[in-house]
Amino acid sequence: MSEQATTNGKGTLLEVEHVKQYFPIRKGLLNRVHGHVHAVDDVTFDLAEGETLGLVGESGCGKTTLSRTIMRLIDPTDGRIEFQGKDITHIGRGEMRPLRSKMQMVFQDPFASLNPRKRVSQIIGGPLAMHGVPKEEIGRRTADLLKRVGLSAEHANRFPHEFSGGQRQRIGIARALALEPKLIVLDEPVSALDVSIQAQIINLLDDLQEQYGLTYLFVAHDLSVVRHVSDRIAVMYLGRIMELSPSEELYTKPIHPYTAALLSAIPVPDPRRNRERERIVVGGEPPSPVDPPSGCVFHTRCPRARDICRTEVPRLSAYPGGHVAACHFPLNVTAQEIEQSTKSPLSPTTSGDTKPELVEDPDAPLRSGSISP
Amino acid sequence: MSTPAPLLDVQNLKVDFRTEDGVVHAVDDVSFQLRPGEVLAVVGESGSGKSVTAMTLMGLTRSPNATFGGTARLRDLDLISATDDELRAVRGKEIAMIFQDPMTSLNPVHRIGAQIVEQIQAHEDVSDAEARDRVVTLLERVGIPRAAERVDSYPHEFSGGMRQRVMIAMAMSCDPAILIADEPTTALDVTIQAQILREMRDLRERTGTAIILVTHDLGVVADIADRIAVMYAGRIVETGTLDEIFYDPQHPYTWGLLGSITRIDRERPERLPSIPGSPPSLIDRPEGCHFRPRCRHEFGDCVKYPALESRIPDSPGHQDRCWLSVDEKRARREIAPGQIGLESEGAVA
Repeated sequence: MSEQATTNGKGTLLEVEHVKQYFPIRKGLLNRVHGHVHAVDDVTFDLAEGETLGLVGESGCGKTTLSRTIMRLIDPTDGRIEFQGKDITHIGRGEMRPLRSKMQMVFQDPFASLNPRKRVSQIIGGPLAMHGVPKEEIGRRTADLLKRVGLSAEHANRFPHEFSGGQRQRIGIARALALEPKLIVLDEPVSALDVSIQAQIINLLDDLQEQYGLTYLFVAHDLSVVRHVSDRIAVMYLGRIMELSPSEELYTKPIHPYTAALLSAIPVPDPRRNRERERIVVGGEPPSPVDPPSGCVFHTRCPRARDICRTEVPRLSAYPGGHVAACHFPLNVTAQEIEQSTKSPLSPTTSGDTKPELVEDPDAPLRSGSISP
Repeated sequence: MSTPAPLLDVQNLKVDFRTEDGVVHAVDDVSFQLRPGEVLAVVGESGSGKSVTAMTLMGLTRSPNATFGGTARLRDLDLISATDDELRAVRGKEIAMIFQDPMTSLNPVHRIGAQIVEQIQAHEDVSDAEARDRVVTLLERVGIPRAAERVDSYPHEFSGGMRQRVMIAMAMSCDPAILIADEPTTALDVTIQAQILREMRDLRERTGTAIILVTHDLGVVADIADRIAVMYAGRIVETGTLDEIFYDPQHPYTWGLLGSITRIDRERPERLPSIPGSPPSLIDRPEGCHFRPRCRHEFGDCVKYPALESRIPDSPGHQDRCWLSVDEKRARREIAPGQIGLESEGAVA
């Protein structure tokens, strides 16, 4: 686990600095640009080798766009992406190709991400052939990969439709592993699977990471799954990072009200606990990313919002323990922790420099995480 | 406990589909009862027959390739043998359904108000203006802001959560006695899911509608259900009250299901407990207990067909299909720290 939210020292595999991804909205006869969808709005983080970062947010928060931007499947509007110390933000296809073998992706839908007309051997062998692995070796490596992900060598000759969802996801993972990557971006790898199968896949990912020293960026829409895999977790809302924290701390001590709301919204599969638990249901829906709210983007739904939240973009404050959060009126922190907090270098460039303020309010509707002590 | 007469009484329901590869036994020997105002959760993984059961009650699985067995009595009408006309008269009025995907269950070319008015007028003789007023009230009740204006919107102008609210309003438009909700929140974000669940809870309180909730999410179940039926490979393998299933689960499949959920309210386990293997084919099912090939506790008796019956002396409502004795089950139920909800507070207390 990395100790610091930003480590510029060695061991950093991926650095993402102030990345923005705006999509133009074109309208009318002349196809004029009428505005932009602010899908990813000034996001900074880094990823240490061997680490798993969970990237969590609701639909439309920009998590998938961000992961695609990192993979260079789309060109960022602004900012800088560095992979293994090399700036890859603007490099061309030719230069990108050798790097592609080092960064792979596993997709959400195991039914749509495998070519139905190809045999498993072709699906897994494809990337190997493309990167010049000799033919004889491809067969051997494919068989080996299938075994590593818990399938058997005989499966190589079958077609995707002959497999269940969980098995297909294993094939997708084998394909991603084929080129011995450093980084695997997992875009909701288990959301399409049944619970009993989800656990199998998560355990598999865990084992593979240990064996091959893989680094994962694990994208998910809710906080319950990522907890089991992540060292650190970043919570996104409307294109921005709201909170980034060592995994366990996020659950015991959420600082941002949005994180607390997300935690509270997850129903706990324990009826007695559920009855006791005080639930906060955040009203409303996320605003449009075309015209995001001023100041803190969450202020339209936040029960703690005050005037400053509407005017000033909160800085990402770094609290002790590598926990950063962008909130003017944070939860679960002491006056001393606020005093010690500094403006994190992860902060968006537009953010202000106002220190967060302690709210002593016994009726504060958002108080604690979901794990009671 | 006083038990009012059941509103819906399903006995030995069986649904088979003929396909090119053979007969798919989608639902087999399913029996349950639903009382007024009760929330019954039907839980299971994909292919367990939970949605087919729900859709069969609405008559939505009728096709030349489907064969049905058993009965489903709603008051005096058997929903299985009813004619299409008889079904049409109760569907939407007595028994209504909301679906998983609110994006595809509304007609994109009609205004949402008109779609709900159509349903009201299909069952009741009311004027356009009166029906429209009712729609506005309904939309307000499910939490749609500025309902009087939004009634003339098209579905694409609504977000996913709003569309699901519209579906609920539509389902409730004729005050049905039963609402079937097939994965109503699966396609929605967690914060919106919380809002919709609250909406459904309020609705039950206010109108006394009984709800059949079909879901795979045990968190949602713990939030809203009174009773649970756990399905596996077309059969109900265990049924009981919410607390019985969560704190004294009898069937090894239920243990596996409860154990493999990721929990945010517990210490994080080293490894996530999982059920090995995958569900059986519904064409060629294992003999006896269908869970046998994946079960760690399989023994000689498991090749015999286990009936769904109560094996615990004092709880006749808690029934399961497992041959192990109750004591063996309680002893063998592996409960790693942080697994099921039993260990901490103690199930007996």
